Amino acid sequence: MSQACPQCIGRAWLLGRVGGHLDAVRSRVGDLLCLEAAELVAAVGGRRRAELLRELEALDADRYRRRASDTGLELMCCCAERYPPALLMLRNPPAVLHVAGGLERFLALSDGDPVALVGARRGSEYGRGVAESLGRSLAAAGITVVSGMALGTDSAAHRGALAAGGATVAVLPCGADRAYPASARALRERIVGTGAAVSELPPGSAARRWAFPARNRIIAGLAAMTVVVEAGSRSGAMVTARVATELGRVVGAVPGRVTSPHAAGPHELLSRGATLVRSGQDVLDALFGAGVRRAGDGGERAELAPELQVLLAAIGDGHDTAQALTRAGLEPGAGLAALAALELAGYVRREPGGRYSVVLA
Amino acid sequence: MLARVATFAIDGVEPRLVWVEVDIRQGLPAFTIVGLGDAAVRESRDRTRAAILNSGFEFPLKRITANLAPAFLRKVGPGFDAALALAVLAASGQLRAPALEAYAVFGELSLSGELRDSPGALAVAEGAWRAGFRRLIVPRERAREAALVGEVAIVGVAALREAAEVVDGADPPPLPAARVRRGPAGGTDADLADVRGHAAPVLALLIAAAGAHNLLLEGAPGTGKTMLARRLPSILPAMTRSEAIEVTRIHSVAGIHSDGLVVARPFRAPHHTISPSGLVGGSAPPRPGEATLANHGVLFLDELSEFQRSSLEALRQPLEDGCVTIVRGQRALVFPTRFMLVAATNPCPCGFAGVDDRCHCGEADLRRHRRKLSGPLLDRMDLLVDVRRPSERDLHAPPATSSAAARDLVAEARERQYMRLAGTPARCNGEMDVRLVRRHVVLDPDAEQAIACAYASGTLSARGRHRVLRVARTIADLERHDRVMRTDVLTAFGLRQRSNRESALAA
Repeated sequence: MSQACPQCIGRAWLLGRVGGHLDAVRSRVGDLLCLEAAELVAAVGGRRRAELLRELEALDADRYRRRASDTGLELMCCCAERYPPALLMLRNPPAVLHVAGGLERFLALSDGDPVALVGARRGSEYGRGVAESLGRSLAAAGITVVSGMALGTDSAAHRGALAAGGATVAVLPCGADRAYPASARALRERIVGTGAAVSELPPGSAARRWAFPARNRIIAGLAAMTVVVEAGSRSGAMVTARVATELGRVVGAVPGRVTSPHAAGPHELLSRGATLVRSGQDVLDALFGAGVRRAGDGGERAELAPELQVLLAAIGDGHDTAQALTRAGLEPGAGLAALAALELAGYVRREPGGRYSVVLA
Repeated sequence: MLARVATFAIDGVEPRLVWVEVDIRQGLPAFTIVGLGDAAVRESRDRTRAAILNSGFEFPLKRITANLAPAFLRKVGPGFDAALALAVLAASGQLRAPALEAYAVFGELSLSGELRDSPGALAVAEGAWRAGFRRLIVPRERAREAALVGEVAIVGVAALREAAEVVDGADPPPLPAARVRRGPAGGTDADLADVRGHAAPVLALLIAAAGAHNLLLEGAPGTGKTMLARRLPSILPAMTRSEAIEVTRIHSVAGIHSDGLVVARPFRAPHHTISPSGLVGGSAPPRPGEATLANHGVLFLDELSEFQRSSLEALRQPLEDGCVTIVRGQRALVFPTRFMLVAATNPCPCGFAGVDDRCHCGEADLRRHRRKLSGPLLDRMDLLVDVRRPSERDLHAPPATSSAAARDLVAEARERQYMRLAGTPARCNGEMDVRLVRRHVVLDPDAEQAIACAYASGTLSARGRHRVLRVARTIADLERHDRVMRTDVLTAFGLRQRSNRESALAA
């Protein structure tokens, strides 16, 4: 059910063809992506302008469509009637969306106020934990989670949504038939199983450096709200937040420790008036008005015995595990069992290094 | 004239009977040794000659041919010197040859005629006993060790002259007195009573010791992983005499022990640069590796992720079978490797994950770090415990337990396992396979529900579940529960291994 006109296909093909040239000028890639095909060739084509124009002229749109459908992708160009209106608000909407996982499904998902969860690749366990919890509670509330499938925050958000049985959309910096990073192949399979993977690049394209900020604009464009979980002050997640602000979408940020470099980005956003996000409920309140929709928690959690509640409170308070056990009046020996009980009930998670952290509802 | 003396070659850690035959006849003075000896055996000619002369004997100026039989066995080292010298003396009529045939002789000679300390005396004594010899001449330093084989009369001599006199009918010298051993009778001065804080790791050590479970310690640098691992041998049950003799024999052959019986369980901590053959044994001629030196004790691999992958993979068979077979040329040697494995690793490449903000390791770094740990090896580790820095208050608190008290608990738990597992190939919970786990791990209904819940949530793989059950059984044994209770399962769950595959499952 692909709907893509030859002109837009030419534009998409060109992005794959001039990828290297775009890398050289990637600080201005946002502006370049506004250009028409011929203008783009003129801007970055260099000595090969004539050759590129000739190839563009001779491009066989049907072959391109066949190649896409052979790799399991469906196409929709920005001239199509049902092209997601949210994306059209971008000054440089992707010419063709290459969708893995079903175009109809993707359109339905993008129609339902999706929320972008983005953040640092090399964040902390805290950031990954929060991203996963947010993903889970939003998915449980029926919200589609959009992210970039990168390591760290992004993939944690996808995993959370999948764990709650929800659908999630990954916007990729490479062809939608591939996975970036390659280690996320299994994750991509799972995402495509119930949601979709999307890209503006031709099938088979490798990820290039310019494609990351370009991908971030699509995430911001798709999402009704963008939440930054953990990010340095000059990171890709901040690009996403900037585009979302320009589009007039809601931007949220999850606070961290003021001493942590990963919290610099979200704190900057918060100081500029971004919505404070502590839980999925905060996101729902910001999108639909306070209390209109209730966040799910991905399944009921068992009631806790009183001493486990004390323990949970102590861990949430940032006490080291041993101190937390002392506070709960537990012998460290018996404490292992208590911690395991909390972990099994889904209240805490064990981090590398033996620290436990609280899982948000 | 012809004379022969029995001695022993050490093949791996096993003794092999070797006859030293010496033939002396008229001819140009010459001294040749045949019988597949190495360079040390060839040089034995010159040592023997000087030793004989310096001991006040005559060295025959005739044609001397010595043969080490059987000729197909490769002979290594200087341990044949004494036998060769005595055979020369007997063949040249300076010693009564028939009297000599009742003795087995073992030891290296110095030029002055002294018998030097030579490794492997216990193995030789066992060989002598098996070959039916009643008397064995060994260097004096090794006499007590060789005397552990009670049925053979050990003659510990300091010099060749003394050996010749004993053969000629002099009274054998008495066994030397035991050297004063430093440290307590347990053989190790590392005691759990020195440990402050570390409640969970101490519990994990106790469980590991009680069920013979392999243990992985994870923690930042300097938190006490090595200190804890060193204390594991002190809470293991004492070795039986046959175990102790086996350990003594191996350590003697390897040249790391020289006096009397080894009483403390071995603790071996090879550096991470070790080669596969250094770890499991090998090279030519094959020598026991660290895994064999740790037999009946603890093999501790610090910085597990730094070990060569091939070295770790080489540990699989020894862990699985309790022995390792080394094939060199056409011969296969079997080394025993029944050890407990304790490994330590940092939680992430920089080592500070979960400790403070110094850790900047991303998900990819963590994954790479986990991947460096050999999956199959991690599969053999039932327990994982995080070692954290003890707090200031912990440092002033009284110790949780002493090694002696812990050893009693362990011994009692082992007794329970021994009774339960009687008639099966396993002797303790750590050796139970899937079938034995199904048969012998009886769960309380609450415990059943806890494990089902853990499995259903996807946090446990099938293999992980099996490991948790094994460990839970040991915890129940320590707690004197007949059935495995809910808290036992939960504690085991808290100490579970998070292997690559299980985290991949969560991905």
